Amino acid sequence: MADQTLDMCGYACPMPILKTKQALAKMNKKEVIEVTCTDQGSKKDFTAFCNQLGHKLLSQKDDGNKIIFNIQKN
Amino acid sequence: MSNSNEMTVIASKGTLDWAYPPFILASTGIAMGKEVTVFCTFYGLNLLLKDLSHLRISPQGNPDMPMKMPFGPKWFQAIDFGPKIPNIFWNIPGMELFATRMMLRTFKNNGMASIEELRSICVEMGVKFIACEMTMGMFGFSRDDFIEGIEFAGAATYLDVADKSNQDLFI
Repeated sequence: MADQTLDMCGYACPMPILKTKQALAKMNKKEVIEVTCTDQGSKKDFTAFCNQLGHKLLSQKDDGNKIIFNIQKN
Repeated sequence: MSNSNEMTVIASKGTLDWAYPPFILASTGIAMGKEVTVFCTFYGLNLLLKDLSHLRISPQGNPDMPMKMPFGPKWFQAIDFGPKIPNIFWNIPGMELFATRMMLRTFKNNGMASIEELRSICVEMGVKFIACEMTMGMFGFSRDDFIEGIEFAGAATYLDVADKSNQDLFI
């Protein structure tokens, strides 16, 4: 299970990425954050974000119009 | 310098719509671990003023702008009034303010952050802002008109920063 959750439903780019970055900054290494959002562009954006910073995108699933990401901090 | 982790943006426009790209790209850049410098010059200087409430969009001479109403039934919201309205209409006093209000409502409906919010995130996350000293003098601004924590410098300072960066965007 995730150590922390972040609900970014209804927020457009770039807020889901920015708030995730800020949340990750307060977490310890290897901890997992679950981000829920409705911004469809974030599907590709979170992959790029994790690639760039070395975080691990553990899972990404669609739930209706919501997208749920599990990210493990590098 | 392909392994550089620095990014620069030149923000040269000061309308409400064009205020978004520099702040979106700068904040995302810093979220992705880059060092980001934004050089605000000419109308882009407006983006660093303490008070941003004067930012407007101008449909005048902007034929690409879709004009969709941010309220009403779905079929109504789907109508693009842009091509239907002669450009001279936007000369009528108050129309620019009306278009700005509609745009702000559209931003809100789509979950977009306000410019003030995006800018304070940029500042908080450590984006470096440089206000163009020359434009500042030309437009009659003083240093007190601008937000705290920014640098005042010119083209040479920007180019020196850009020399070390591998992503330089002109907006």
